[in-house]
Amino acid sequence: MKYETVVGLEVHTELKTKSKIFCGCTTEFGGDQNTHVCPVCLGLPGCLPVLNKKVLDYAIKVGLALHCDILGFNKFDRKNYYYPDLPKNFQTSQYDLPICLNGYLDIEVGGKTRRIRITRIHMEEDAGKLVHSGSTISTSDSSNVDYNRTGVPLLEIVSEPDMRSGEEARAYVEKLRSILKYLDVSDVRMEEGSLRCDANISVRLVGDDKLGTKTEIKNMNSLSALQKGVEYEALRQAELVDDGGQVVQETRTWDDGKGMTLSMRKKEAENDYRYFPEPDLVPLTISDEQIEDARKTLPELPDAKMARFQDEYGLSNEDSRILTALRETADYLDATVKAGADAKGAANWMLGDLSKMVNEANITFKDAPVKPEQLAKMMALITKGTISGKIAKKVLASMWDTGKDPDVIVEEQGLVQITDTGAIEALVKQVIADNPKSVEDFKSGKGKAIGFLVGQVMKASKGKANPGMVNQMLKEELSK
Amino acid sequence: MKISHEEIQKIALLSRLHIPDEKLAETEKALSDILTYVEQLEELDLTDVQPMAHAVPLYNVYREDKVVPSLDHELALSNAPEEDNGYFKVPRVVQE
Ligand SMILES: [Zn+2]
Repeated sequence: MKYETVVGLEVHTELKTKSKIFCGCTTEFGGDQNTHVCPVCLGLPGCLPVLNKKVLDYAIKVGLALHCDILGFNKFDRKNYYYPDLPKNFQTSQYDLPICLNGYLDIEVGGKTRRIRITRIHMEEDAGKLVHSGSTISTSDSSNVDYNRTGVPLLEIVSEPDMRSGEEARAYVEKLRSILKYLDVSDVRMEEGSLRCDANISVRLVGDDKLGTKTEIKNMNSLSALQKGVEYEALRQAELVDDGGQVVQETRTWDDGKGMTLSMRKKEAENDYRYFPEPDLVPLTISDEQIEDARKTLPELPDAKMARFQDEYGLSNEDSRILTALRETADYLDATVKAGADAKGAANWMLGDLSKMVNEANITFKDAPVKPEQLAKMMALITKGTISGKIAKKVLASMWDTGKDPDVIVEEQGLVQITDTGAIEALVKQVIADNPKSVEDFKSGKGKAIGFLVGQVMKASKGKANPGMVNQMLKEELSK
Repeated sequence: MKISHEEIQKIALLSRLHIPDEKLAETEKALSDILTYVEQLEELDLTDVQPMAHAVPLYNVYREDKVVPSLDHELALSNAPEEDNGYFKVPRVVQE
């Protein structure tokens, strides 16, 4: 590879507060147009915005989780630009003194850990939504504006240009999303726009220190769109430079259908935001005590959980990463272990059969109809020898469908493992009589034939025979 | 402080103001005069002075995260220059 991709990301995440950032309007999604608005979020003259305390609390939490410095003195500023989704003609944001600076996030790609630095995090308000009368903006002669989303609190999380591929960009957003979800401060749904991501992308010759000219890519509304968008844009730039061309600094939009980025032709002068301090909001001072109090409210985060799953539960790096990506999944494992199950065994059930069911139902482990205590009970039935591992799969599926306890299902469906020597012996003798060819094979030294015979006995018992006993008794019978 | 023709035009564009050509010279002089007047502040030694973030010595004013009723829908739209089906209707905006 001649060229290296350089990516920095700006992530906007909507905070899940009940009311907006500077007024008491609801943040609820999906109300009739312009019904969640008031003089403050419509920017009517004479009204005063007041900061929602929860927004500040959430911002501090996120900053601490991302190893940032929390600024003891921070303030709001006006970012001026004209676009009808902003009724005030400015967005209330933070400029030179944001709430958080200098953090980082560790990602793992291809077995290697990479530290992505976070430049800053600031609080700001979301803008409204434009609905165009024609099918596209250029065929419309007017636009309709809904200001319900105006003033919904946002955190903007800005990274350094530390990512080197689409895969890393994706891993970064995945990890960030996971942390925000653990903190329970945002819904982080990319498809619905509660988490939005813009990428600054440039390319340079491998070994070069200087950054190339960057473009900003918008409208990547899923993790796969983000990865594809970054990959496409880096390739486009590399080809352009290879052909003796120059990258133009501009904003481009990702077209998911076409699988390419398109220029948005934005004039340079439009990006002169003329920030100045917001006179309607007073500055914020945050004490060390306040920061320490906030730190105490942080839950165990994915990295710490992952380390614990490896140390305490003896899980592999890969398994513990999968099981800690979502808090619901990690909590489920913890609860199953607490209910008395062996951690590795529980992890195997979760990564196997249960994951399939959870994914098919499109839910999280939190809403799984099989509760952690029930999984633990089912595993105990295997340990006790009441059911075999194979039958357990059947029991688990029934538990999922009915929500019933495993012992009830075993009882109802008569799935108790056959451990009665006489019953197994009869089956063994029958199978030996029915399969002379395999018996011959075994006796002539083909050890593998035993597997087939065990399978036949299990089949004859409808899976209920104890496999260990079957194995042993077959061997005994055959060596007679 | 002298302000240039180009700067006047840029400020006008950013502020969405139309300044007719015959008014350009007058605007240029007026703005230059204001800047020259304010420029006097540069004589002050501000080495140890923190930039002022707010004119009032007041900090940390919050509200609790509580929902209060929004404006009545009709009232909310009553200042709209044009309305369409509950939306604020605005001229087409294209960034090009
Ligand atoms: Zn409001």
